[in-house]
Amino acid sequence: MAAAQHFSMRGNETIGAGLCAAFGVLFLIIAGLTDHSGYAFHMVVMALASGLGFYAIVNRAAQGETRHEPLEINGRPNYNDGPVRFATIAAMFWGIAGFTVGLLIALQLAFPALNFDLPWTNFGRLRPLHTSAVIFAFGGNVLLGTSFYVVQRTCQARLAGVLSPWFVVLGYNLFIVVAGTGYLLGITQGKEYAEPEWYADLFLTVVWVVYLLVFLATIWRRKEPHIYVANWFYLGFIVTIAVLHLGNNATIPISLTSPKSYILWSGIQDAMFQWWYGHNAVGFFLTAGFLAIMYYFIPKRAERPVYSYRLSIIHFWALIFLYIWAGPHHLHYTALPDWAQTLGMTFSIMLWMPSWGGMINGLMTLSGAWDKLRTDPVLRMMVVSVAFYGMSTFEGPLMSIKAVNSLSHYTDWTIGHVHSGALGWVGYVSFGAIYCLVPWLWKRERLYSNRLVEWHFWISTIGIVFYISAMWVSGIMQGLMWRAYTSLGFLEYSFVETVAAMHPYYVIRAFGGGLFLLGSLLMAYNLWMTVRAVAPRAEDVPANLQHVPAE
Amino acid sequence: MSTSPQAQTGKPSLWARHKIFETNSILLILGILIVVSIGGLVEIAPLFYLRSTIEKVEGMRPYTPLELAGRAIYVREGCYNCHSQMIRPLRDEIERYGHFSLAAESMYDKPFQWGSKRTGPDLARVGGKYSDAWQLQHLNAPRSLVPQSIMPGYPFLATTELDVNRIAQEMRVNRMSGVPYTDEMIANAVTDLRAQVDPDHPQADAFQKRYPKAASRDFDGNPQRITEADAMIAYLQMLGTLVDFKKYDNKANLR
Amino acid sequence: MAQMYHLLASIAQSVGVLYFMGMFLAVVAYALWPRNRETFDRAASIPLKDE
Repeated sequence: MAAAQHFSMRGNETIGAGLCAAFGVLFLIIAGLTDHSGYAFHMVVMALASGLGFYAIVNRAAQGETRHEPLEINGRPNYNDGPVRFATIAAMFWGIAGFTVGLLIALQLAFPALNFDLPWTNFGRLRPLHTSAVIFAFGGNVLLGTSFYVVQRTCQARLAGVLSPWFVVLGYNLFIVVAGTGYLLGITQGKEYAEPEWYADLFLTVVWVVYLLVFLATIWRRKEPHIYVANWFYLGFIVTIAVLHLGNNATIPISLTSPKSYILWSGIQDAMFQWWYGHNAVGFFLTAGFLAIMYYFIPKRAERPVYSYRLSIIHFWALIFLYIWAGPHHLHYTALPDWAQTLGMTFSIMLWMPSWGGMINGLMTLSGAWDKLRTDPVLRMMVVSVAFYGMSTFEGPLMSIKAVNSLSHYTDWTIGHVHSGALGWVGYVSFGAIYCLVPWLWKRERLYSNRLVEWHFWISTIGIVFYISAMWVSGIMQGLMWRAYTSLGFLEYSFVETVAAMHPYYVIRAFGGGLFLLGSLLMAYNLWMTVRAVAPRAEDVPANLQHVPAE
Repeated sequence: MSTSPQAQTGKPSLWARHKIFETNSILLILGILIVVSIGGLVEIAPLFYLRSTIEKVEGMRPYTPLELAGRAIYVREGCYNCHSQMIRPLRDEIERYGHFSLAAESMYDKPFQWGSKRTGPDLARVGGKYSDAWQLQHLNAPRSLVPQSIMPGYPFLATTELDVNRIAQEMRVNRMSGVPYTDEMIANAVTDLRAQVDPDHPQADAFQKRYPKAASRDFDGNPQRITEADAMIAYLQMLGTLVDFKKYDNKANLR
Repeated sequence: MAQMYHLLASIAQSVGVLYFMGMFLAVVAYALWPRNRETFDRAASIPLKDE
C-alpha cells in the first residue's frame, strides 16, 4: 500500500501494524475507563505489547528488501527457526518458574504459614498459577516450538508466513503473562485449567487460529505427498484444543471495563463442559501433542524409523476417538446421570488399548538399537518418558472404574497420577526434545555435557519416585480414613485428623518436587553452556546458512 | 491447497479414497473435528433437557446480591482448589456431610464449584453448621480454631470494603443465560444487598419477599461497613440450605 | 423435555457403540490394507531424511 522508495510495507505488514495500533489505542482507552486496577494493569501490558509489535513491524519494513528471506537456498529449504528458538527458551524459563511455584505450594500444604495470609500468596491463587505455568506455559511453548520445527522438517518447507509465526509465539507468551498475573490479582473464571478470563481467552483464540493457519499453510508447501504422522497428532491437538477452548469458555463479560464474566452454562451442564474440556486438555494437549514429539524425536534420535507406521495410524484415530468420551469419569457418583458416568468409564477403560499401542510403538522403535540407551542419556530420557506414559495410562483407566474412583476421587491419589504423567511423560519427553533441539537450533556439535544430562536424569527420576509414592500412600490412606468406621458404627476419623495424617507425605512430596526442580536447573545450565561454549557444527561454516537475522 | 496426490498405480479402488486423508490436510481436519465432536455432543446435549424435569425440588432460588458477591470472592480466592461442593451418595459422605448433592442444587451456579479435590472438607452443606463468629475467626486465622488445619488465612476479607458497583449488572448477565432474576430484583440489587446485612433496614421486608428465607443479619460483626467477609460468610451460610429435604422424595427422582 | 432427554440419552447409549465399532474397523482396515504398505514405509522414513 504505502509506496516509498526504501520504506515500503507489504499488505500484510500494513494490516499487522494497523491492527497493533488500533488495538493498542483500544487497550489504553479501556485501561483509562476501568475502575479495576488489575484489569487496568493488564490493558496497559497489552497496549505496550501492541506498541512493541507496531514498532517491530515498522522497524523491519525500514530495512528495505533485505528483510525478505528466500524460501530456499541452493535448492534446500531455508528453515525459519527464529520462532522455534524463542519458544524453546520460553519453555525452559516457564518450566523452571512453574516447577518453583509447584514446590512453593507443595511446601504450603506441609507448612501453612508459607501462605503469609496475603491475597497474592495464598494457595488458592498460586495453585492455578502452577498448573497453568507447567501445562500451558512450559508445555505450550514446547508444543509451539517443536511443532514449528517438526512441520518444517517433515514437509521440507520453510514455515509459512513472516509475521504470523512470530505473532503466534509472542502472542501466546503474552497470553501466559496476562493469565498468570491475573490469578495473582484475583482475576479468574474459577474453572480448573481454564481460569483465564474472557479477554485473555479471546486473545488466545486469535493466536490459536493464526497458529492453525501457519501450521496448515506450511503443510500445503510440502514436497512429500504424505503428511507424516507426527503432524496428524499436532493437527489433532491444535484443532481439538480450539473446539474445547470455545466450548468451555463461552462466557458473557459483565462489561467491557470489567475483567469478570459469567459462563453460559450452569451447574451440571457446566460441570460436563468443564470435564469434557479438562479431560481432553489432558488427552489432546498433554497427550496428542507430546505423542507428536515422540513420533518425530525418538525415530530421529535413534536414527531408525518408527517401529510400525500402521500402528501409529491406528493409535492416532483410536486415541482421538476414545479420549473425547472419557470426561465423565471426573464426575463419578456426582449428580451427573448414571448412564453418562458409565459411558465415560467404559471409554476410559478402552482408552488403555491405544495408549499402550502407542507406548509399544515408541519403545519398539529402539529394537535393534537398545545399546543407544546406554550411550545416549537424551534418548534414554525420552524412552523412560514413554514408559511413564504407559504407566500413567494404565493407572488412569484403573482410576476411572467407579469402585476404584469412589476411593481415589478427591484424594492425593489423583495428584500422584497426574504427576506421574506430567513429570514422567510430558516432562521427560519435553526435556528430551529440548536437549535435541538446542544443539540443532544453535548449530552446535553436541551438548555441553552428557554427564550433566545423566545427573539431571537420575536426580529427577528419584524426585518423581518420591513424589508419586508419597501421593499414592497419602491418597489411599486418606480415602480409607474418610470411610473408616468404628466397631460401634461411627465414622472413625474427623476430617482434620485425616489432614494431619497427610503431613509427612506432604513433606516427602515437596522433597521429590525439589529434586525435580534441581534437575531442571542443571538442564538450564547445560543448555546455556551448550550455546555459549560448544564449538559450532563443522558443516555450518558457510555464513549464509548460519546467519539468520532476527525478524 | 494440497499438492496433487501421487500418481495412482493400479486401478482405483475403494481404498484409494484413503489416500485423501494422508494427502489432504483439510479433510484430515474435518475427520478430526467430526470424531471429536460426536463424543462431546452425545454426552453433553442430553443434559440440556435435564434441568427441571429430572429433579423436582422445592426451595431453589437465585443467589441474593450479597451471596452472589460472596460467591465471586469464593471463586476469586480459588477455594475450589481445596474444597468440593458435591456430596456423593456414599454412606460415609452422607454421614459426614449430609444428604447427597442434587443436580438441582447447583442449577444457578456459574461456574459450578463441585471441585475435584478435598484438601479441606466438602462445603456443599456447610451452611448453618457453624456460627458467623466462628466462620469469621476461621477465615481470619484458621489455626486459632483448628490447630491442625492447613488452610491459608484470609484476614484481608474482613478489612476490605465490598465493591457493590456492578452487582446489578452481574445479575443481569446471569439472567441472560438462564438465572431467573426479575426486573425488580435487578432494580433493587444494591438496596437488597444492604438490607441483607442490616435487619433494621427499611427495605428488609421487601428483600425477604424477593428472596424467601434468606438469612438477614450483620455477618462479620461490624455493622459500620459491608466487607468482603460479610459477603463470603453470607454465601457460606446459605450453602446447601435451600432445598427442604423433608419434602424431597428420593425415589421419585431416581435416574 | 423429559421425552427429549430420554430420546437423546437412549441414542447416546446405543448408537454410540455401533459408531465406535464401525470407526474402529474402518481405521484398522485402512492401516492394514496391503496396498498401503509401501506408502507407509516411505512415510515412516520422513524424519530420517537429512535436513
